Amino acid sequence: MSVIYVLLSISVCVAIIFFAAFIFTVKSGQYDDSYTPSVRMLFEDELVKKTSENNNQNKSQTE
Amino acid sequence: MSSSTCYHCGDPCERTIIHFDDKDFCCNGCKTVYEIFQSSGLEEYYDIEAAAGATPREIANKFDFLDNSDVVQKLLDFDEDGVQVVQFHIPHMHCSSCIWVLENLNKLHGSIKTSQVDFPKRKVRVTFENEKLNLKELAILLARIGYEPSIALEDYSKAKKKVDRKLIYKLGVAGFSFGNVMLLSFPEYFEVQEFWLDQYKPFFRWLMFAFSLPVVFYASQDYFKAAFKGLRSKLLNIDVPIALGILTLFLRSTADIIFDFGSGFFDSLTGLVFFLLVGRFFQQKTYAHLSFERDYKSYFPIGVTRLRNNTTEENIEIYKIKQGDRLLVRNQEIIPVDSILISGNAQIDYSFVTGESESVPKASGDKLYAGGKQLGGLLEVEALKSVSQSYLTQLWSNSAFSKNKASEFQTLTDAIGKRFTLAVLTIAIAATSFWLWYEPSKALNVFTAVLIIACPCAIALAAPFTLGNLLRIFGRNGFYLKDTNTIERLAKVDTLVFDKTGTLTSNSGNTIVYEGLELTDDEASLLKNTLRASNHPLSRELYGILEDQEIMTLDDFVEKMGKGVQGTFAGHSIKVGSANFVGNRNAHVQETSVHISSDEKYRGRFVFKSKYREGLVSLFKQLVKNFSLVILSGDNDGEREKLGKMFPFQLPMFFNQKPKDKLEFIQNVQRHSNVLMVGDGLNDAGALAQSNVGVAVSEDVNVFSPACDAILDAKKLTFLDRFLQLSKQSINIIKLSFLLSLCYNVIGLYFAVTGQLMPVIAAILMPLSSISIVVFTTVATNYISTKLNTPNT
Repeated sequence: MSVIYVLLSISVCVAIIFFAAFIFTVKSGQYDDSYTPSVRMLFEDELVKKTSENNNQNKSQTE
Repeated sequence: MSSSTCYHCGDPCERTIIHFDDKDFCCNGCKTVYEIFQSSGLEEYYDIEAAAGATPREIANKFDFLDNSDVVQKLLDFDEDGVQVVQFHIPHMHCSSCIWVLENLNKLHGSIKTSQVDFPKRKVRVTFENEKLNLKELAILLARIGYEPSIALEDYSKAKKKVDRKLIYKLGVAGFSFGNVMLLSFPEYFEVQEFWLDQYKPFFRWLMFAFSLPVVFYASQDYFKAAFKGLRSKLLNIDVPIALGILTLFLRSTADIIFDFGSGFFDSLTGLVFFLLVGRFFQQKTYAHLSFERDYKSYFPIGVTRLRNNTTEENIEIYKIKQGDRLLVRNQEIIPVDSILISGNAQIDYSFVTGESESVPKASGDKLYAGGKQLGGLLEVEALKSVSQSYLTQLWSNSAFSKNKASEFQTLTDAIGKRFTLAVLTIAIAATSFWLWYEPSKALNVFTAVLIIACPCAIALAAPFTLGNLLRIFGRNGFYLKDTNTIERLAKVDTLVFDKTGTLTSNSGNTIVYEGLELTDDEASLLKNTLRASNHPLSRELYGILEDQEIMTLDDFVEKMGKGVQGTFAGHSIKVGSANFVGNRNAHVQETSVHISSDEKYRGRFVFKSKYREGLVSLFKQLVKNFSLVILSGDNDGEREKLGKMFPFQLPMFFNQKPKDKLEFIQNVQRHSNVLMVGDGLNDAGALAQSNVGVAVSEDVNVFSPACDAILDAKKLTFLDRFLQLSKQSINIIKLSFLLSLCYNVIGLYFAVTGQLMPVIAAILMPLSSISIVVFTTVATNYISTKLNTPNT
């Protein structure tokens, strides 16, 4: 068996895996809202900072 | 007066300024929201976007229908083990601050677990524990921070909508196959007789064949279906040559590899389908937060309060209202069914239903029509009919609402497609007969080559890309179209019909002019204080524009429903109200006005004039050059003279038009022209549905507009002439692209007819023509739309 058959089968398999991943992501609705995640991404840091500050405050109060 | 603006909502603080925490607020409502945010650690709301808030509106009892468990169950997406999930539509959502605060609702109430915003749909999905927080409390909580959810009958009756993602799947399949086939066919483009290649040739070719199967049988399904439908109804649409091309490509290629004639045209085949689907995808721009299909259901509430045995109140679903039921209608609520007023001070605003600008007082025993909005106190009414049989809702049974404008319209592409198909078939047959006579072995080859190369990929792409791009440009400029077909219909319009109230006039505020004897300071003060006690909408409006006066307690205050108010202070009395009430006999009835008399002596009147939108005159001057204009109003003809002066040219005006009259009027005009209807309310719904293109003008596009083909931001009404002009120009762009793609076809046909069409030529020509069409249409539409950016002259 020539190596070209093996290589081609592998490449086709890889392509099919990616294709399946694409179908799966579409099906799960990941592309339905393309705007909110882009905004949400920028909040995360501030939120964490906020809660840790609150925690610190709480700690200092209890201490 | 200070020029400071509210820290919460950004409105100018005009009447009162509340200083709190070194910030200015325009009202207590805004201050309260600030306090709520501050105490929950949500001050960051104000850092992300300044002044993003909304003043919370009066919500007393508004969500009472959420006490009804049937209603709650139907609204909830999930309900198990004390955890409930609900999705609310929040019209006010408009910026990143909104997203931030709505996703941090859990800080406001411990029972809220998570909340997730879908911004394009203006929706928030809240997961909460219902032990300590029920749905009604959640709705009230949102309303209290200025994000009042809108819950309409529409949400209630909907079946859970399935998102249609078929086109994306098809696009995925076609793209996947296209890429792989291209890769596999590349070697044969250049080295045909090489030893290494010859050895693996069959394997490569059959692999390409395998990849093309899903493209032919799945991705291009729609073209076969459309072509079949067209042929069955004896129409040669553009899908016929496309389907023919795909089929020929596939059969010829399969034959080629079976008999080892060549490598086949699988690359062109998959590429063709891929490009066509990209065009379709591009054309399909949807505005998730806008709805073009709304009817009275989105305007009506879900539940109402019914009086059982005249004593106990209960919340029932609106569909369960039966004839004879006693219902309670509160301030700002919609009357759900045609009914008779039993008790209460009725002041009904029918502007949305009929277009009358003025609210009307009703006395006990009067008939109230569904769709009117109560302004003022609590009403008790008796239902005369059920919801679906009411006067207003019956309009929706008209056939105008069930027809599909897009499918009845023959698009430019289809019109061309017919001639194109005939031409292609003629050439194919002519060329084949020549080769049959000259060299029969090549005849079939030539026949299929002609069908392949003539496949109108570029023609089919011209319209989607031109119109799709224009649709996006319009969207950016506040003109939201339902689909690309609407642009083609817009280009054919020659008569424009305008509604008056809410369309030409602005909803927010009247111009109030005083006519008569000047009021003394004492009178002015007494007037303001008398008005302060009145709840009549005209009094409220008048109160707002009068100069500030010291607040004093009146000695006496009498309000006579439907007539006016009388206030007494320190021996002086003032009467404010209708002409009859005040004692003026010779008043003009047509104009909305409030008359004033002091100590029984007539002083004058305040005339309320509806404010026309800015730039209307210049817009109409532009429009009248190319279109015939008509004004069709549900209001009385009090403004006829003023309109006649504003627009000194041929402008037919019709007044007192009921919703059904408007629909019939449009029907009549349509006999000899294509009509564009511009309206705003439910009263125009019939006319909007009947017209060739119905445009709803809306001051806040997120809130409400009746079913239509396009929604126009009221601020952009003055651009209407340019939108229409651009639509016409876009048709010319499509025609030019047709010419361009015909050039490619002629070149291709030369190769096909002479019998020397190599797969590589097809593989080059097809994408080249498609891409140049896409580039041409995009550049051209962007160029013509630069006009939208220049200010009005």
